[in-house]
Amino acid sequence: MDDADDLTQLDPAYKSMLRVQLAIAALVLLVAATIAEIAIPGWTGAVWIPALFVAAYALIRVPLRRYHATGFSLADERLRVVRGIFFRTDTVVPFGRVQHIDVGQGPLERAFGIATLTVHTAGTHNASVSLPGLRRDDATAMREKIRAAIRRDTR
Amino acid sequence: MKETVADAPRRTDPRTFAVRAVSMLSQLALPIVVGGFAILEDGELEDLILYFLPLILVVASANILIAYLRWLRLTYTVGESDIRVESGLLSREARSVPYERIQDVSLEQKLIPRLFGLVEVRFETGAGGGDDLALSYLPESEGERLRELVRIRREVAAPIAAREDASVPAESAKLLFAMSPKRVVTFGLFEFSLAVVAVVGGLAGQFDFLLPFEIWNWKAWREQLAGPEQWLAGLGFLAQVIGGVFIVGSLLVIGVVTGVVRTALREWNFRLERTDKGLRRRRGLLTRTDLVMPVHRVQALRIGTGFVRRLFGWHSLKLVSLAGDSGSANHEAVPFADMDEIAPVVAETGFALPAKTVGWRYAMPAYRIDNFLVGFALTLVTSAVALALGRFDVALLLVFIGGGWMALQEYLAWRWGRHAIDAEQLYTRRGWFAPDLAIASRGKLQSVEIVRNPLARMRGYADLRFGLAGGRLSIRGIPLVEARRIRDAVLDSMAEQDFSEIVEGQTVRA
Repeated sequence: MDDADDLTQLDPAYKSMLRVQLAIAALVLLVAATIAEIAIPGWTGAVWIPALFVAAYALIRVPLRRYHATGFSLADERLRVVRGIFFRTDTVVPFGRVQHIDVGQGPLERAFGIATLTVHTAGTHNASVSLPGLRRDDATAMREKIRAAIRRDTR
Repeated sequence: MKETVADAPRRTDPRTFAVRAVSMLSQLALPIVVGGFAILEDGELEDLILYFLPLILVVASANILIAYLRWLRLTYTVGESDIRVESGLLSREARSVPYERIQDVSLEQKLIPRLFGLVEVRFETGAGGGDDLALSYLPESEGERLRELVRIRREVAAPIAAREDASVPAESAKLLFAMSPKRVVTFGLFEFSLAVVAVVGGLAGQFDFLLPFEIWNWKAWREQLAGPEQWLAGLGFLAQVIGGVFIVGSLLVIGVVTGVVRTALREWNFRLERTDKGLRRRRGLLTRTDLVMPVHRVQALRIGTGFVRRLFGWHSLKLVSLAGDSGSANHEAVPFADMDEIAPVVAETGFALPAKTVGWRYAMPAYRIDNFLVGFALTLVTSAVALALGRFDVALLLVFIGGGWMALQEYLAWRWGRHAIDAEQLYTRRGWFAPDLAIASRGKLQSVEIVRNPLARMRGYADLRFGLAGGRLSIRGIPLVEARRIRDAVLDSMAEQDFSEIVEGQTVRA
């Protein structure tokens, strides 16, 4: 198993959702920068311009990078989740070790029709592994697939 | 044995309520004394009796009343498939724990319940956290009966597990390890705690009004020695030395004595036995605990030691298990023994010590070098700050002593840390100060993760982290190729068994 091979990409709507999420954060940042700018006498732009750059980077680059950094696979009865831009993690949970499964949807996720799949294991480390940005139908289908594998194993 | 269980709801032992009252009063004692002092400080004795005493009586009787109502409202039912507990004064809570989910039944006797012959029965479900079901307090006989009952019910639920247990020699108990009083005292000597010394020192500082001078106030010392009075200096050099030795010596004695006493209280009459239900451990002088650790639920072993005791060959063995041991997920199976005594216990758990031929491997030097460089860069920043403040000496000291120490630390960590994998197990050893060896069964791991930070990606190493029920296990800074190889090997072993088979001890192999 290598870093890039046979991984499935997330739903493209995940990028849009991330953008909306980051836009909210960027708005907060810009409001704070504006307040700081008003507090500093004279319109120097010393705070506002860097803040604008950070916001632009967050809106344009971050969703793309995050989207491309994340991938998953269900091959060999194992859930494999690769994620992280800075700290790359590559997690594998065999279906036989899954304790229970959640499919969650936040309000933003619901608006974009995507969901987060979370599997729980008995381990102290990686007690739960979550995979965001799946189409809702895919997430439930994956849940059924993992659940069927568990039930077959435990009879 | 056939139980004739009346399936009616039962109450805990009525004496519970007496135990609660006594322990509550003993808890109240300190606040009463403190409060009493506070009132006495600026009041008359009559005031004390007039206001303070009724207050105590009201608080105490309210507590006793609540304890009584709680006792009255708590019932437990030993059902066909589960144990149900109904409790709650105003809001009723009903809880059901199926027998299959009970990992362990542990009996604990604290000092006061022990005087009454009562035990706390705890049903460990391995849920993690303190969310286990506990019944306090029941008569000792009832505790034993419940423990037996749960075992019998569990065997009915899991016939394969019962068959596996039956293959174990039918003798009721085989002594695996016991500690003589002499061993306990030896153990206690090694449990010398610097923390206790620090606390005693701190208290001496707090209650310095009792002492003729402030022992922890360096300025006061200097004044005594070299100040205008110079009384200590006047006593002569020998007297100063004797005084210093006396203070240090008495602190050491306090440290040693508390270590021995604490250890003796905890470990007195330690016995580890192999029964047909697992490893049974009994220990404790005042609080006697009795715990059964089912062997097939052991997830991993940890063999630890200490910096000094290592020189004498003393080690400890802990079992990492699904069910916790009063807060910690590690069960202490052998707290203090040499490796010859530990080896038979290890064999009994179904694990094996690493063979002589096992191929130990080390972390990549690049990983340790990077660790050092990152630490050293931080030191350089600090010393640059010191330099900017005009402290040339501090800056130099930081760079040389700090840098040297970090380099030594990383080298020793690299030299002593190692890992190995064989057909059944995974071994990791870490720490040079007190090396700790972890032995995990490949098939009993829960998940595998490869983590790489930007430095690791640049330099080609990775951290491997394993999901282990009840513990942590990781191998750091190994080549990426090796990390992938270990991961694939472990995943193949994991695929052979389902989680329920691990927990129930069903050794069905694909």
